[in-house]
Amino acid sequence: MKNKADVVVIGGGVNGCGLAYTLAKRGINVAVFERDYLSSGATGACGAGIRQQWSTHENTKLAIDSVKIFEKLSRELGEDIDLRQGGYLIAVHNKEDMRQSEKNVEMQRSLGLKVDILKPEQITDIVPILDVKAMNAIGATFCPTDGHANPFKTNFAYANAAKQHGANIYTHTEVTGIKTKNNAISEVKTEKGKIKTNIVVNAAGVWSKDIANMVGVNLPNIPFRKEIMVTERFKPMFEAMVISLRDGIYFSQQREGQIVGGLPIPEERSGFKTMPTIAFMQHMARTLTRYAPVLKHLNMLRHWTGFYDVTPDARPILGEIKQVKGFIQCHGFSGHGFMLSPMVTKLLCDLIVEGKTSEVLENLNLERFKGKKIKREISVVG
Amino acid sequence: MRKNKAIICRCEDITEEDVIKAIDEGYTDLEELRKKLRIGMGPCQGRVCIQIVMKILEKKTGEKVPKASLSKSRPPIIPVSLGTLASGKNEK
Repeated sequence: MKNKADVVVIGGGVNGCGLAYTLAKRGINVAVFERDYLSSGATGACGAGIRQQWSTHENTKLAIDSVKIFEKLSRELGEDIDLRQGGYLIAVHNKEDMRQSEKNVEMQRSLGLKVDILKPEQITDIVPILDVKAMNAIGATFCPTDGHANPFKTNFAYANAAKQHGANIYTHTEVTGIKTKNNAISEVKTEKGKIKTNIVVNAAGVWSKDIANMVGVNLPNIPFRKEIMVTERFKPMFEAMVISLRDGIYFSQQREGQIVGGLPIPEERSGFKTMPTIAFMQHMARTLTRYAPVLKHLNMLRHWTGFYDVTPDARPILGEIKQVKGFIQCHGFSGHGFMLSPMVTKLLCDLIVEGKTSEVLENLNLERFKGKKIKREISVVG
Repeated sequence: MRKNKAIICRCEDITEEDVIKAIDEGYTDLEELRKKLRIGMGPCQGRVCIQIVMKILEKKTGEKVPKASLSKSRPPIIPVSLGTLASGKNEK
C-alpha cells in the first residue's frame, strides 16, 4: 500500500470510483478504500434508473448535466455501460398532484429539459401494457431522454478507467480512523496501514455517518432499507420506466427482458436491517399487477434489499465541511446516487482540483441544515 | 491452449473461459464476478454455478473463498408468479 496520496476517497461505489476516475484523469494521485467489494453498497443494489424530472432546481440541474455525461460515458471509459434512454413516465393521480407536476415541468423546461404532459389516453402510447383506469391516472409527465444504465458496469468501468490513469483502489480495506492537525485532514488509518493526505472524500453511502464521526462531525443521514425485485425475462414490450410518486412504485423492462422494480412497504422503518420481507413481495405483486394486469402470469425470480442514505431534504450532501479543512462530502443521495453521479463527481473534481465552487455545491453543503428552512425534494419513489 | 467452452452458468450461458477471463481482468471477488457476469442472477439463483465458480476462483487465486462471502438467498427462492404473490393474506 502507498503511504501518500493527494486525495483519499472512502467508498468504492459509483460515486467513489467516478470521482477517482475524474481526479486521476487530471493527474491527481488518488487512493480509494472500500471496506467490502466494488459496488457492495447502494450502487450494487439500485434500480438502475436515470431520471431528470425533479421538484428541486438543484437535482434537475445535476440530473440534466449527468445525462449529458452518461450519453458519452461508454465511449469515454472504453466499456459499455448499457445506457438506454426509453424515458420516464410519471403517473399523476389527482388534480393537486397535477398542479405540482405542472410546476415541476415548468421549472424543468426552464433548464432546457424536453418533457411532456400526457393525457390519460396517451399513456398507453408509451407503455401499452398499462391499465390507466386501474392505476387511477388522470395524466402523466414524460421525459424521453430519461432512462437507465447498468450500475455494476458503470461502477467497474469507472474503477478500471481510474486505475488506467494511475489511481490505486484498495478493496476489502476498511478505514479505521482519520487524523487531523489544526482542523485539517492529515492522515487516514486503514486496517492495512496508514496513508498521508490532505483531502478525504467521504463517499461511504449510509456508512458516511461513521466516517464523519471519526473527525467529530455529525451528519443527519438516516439509513432506510429498500426492497427491489426482478422477474423472469420476456419479449421486450416497453422501454420507459414507469413511476408513481403517490404509490411509490417504479418499474422498467431491461434490455434483456426482465422487469426490475420496487416500492416502499407500508410500515417502513429506518435502520440497518437487510432481510427481504414477504410483505414487500405481496405489496409489489399487487401494485404491479394492478398497473399492468397482464404481468400476473410473469414469475418473480428474486428480490433483494439495499439502503437509501436519506437526508432531511432528500438531497445529497456535497462539498467541503466548514470545520474540517480538506474533508469533502459526497453522500446522502437518498436513493439517487447512481443517476446523479456523473455530474456530482465532476463538480467535486472541479472543487478539489481548482477550488472552483458552484451554485449547486453551495446549496447542497451540509451548512444548509443549520437553522434555515430547508427545501425538500418531493419527487421520490421506492 | 485449448479454449474451454464448458458452460458454467446455464441461465446466462457463461463458459469457463468467460469466468477465467473475468478473474484475469481483476474480478477476484465472488460478488464482483457475480455482478460482472450475472452468474447466480437467473432462475437457478446460483445453485448450478456458484460452487463451480468458487472452485475456479480458488484455483486461480490460490486463496480460499470464505463461505461468508457467498450470496445471500433471495426470496422467493424459486420463481413464483406475480398473480400468486398478489393473492392470499397479508404477511408481516
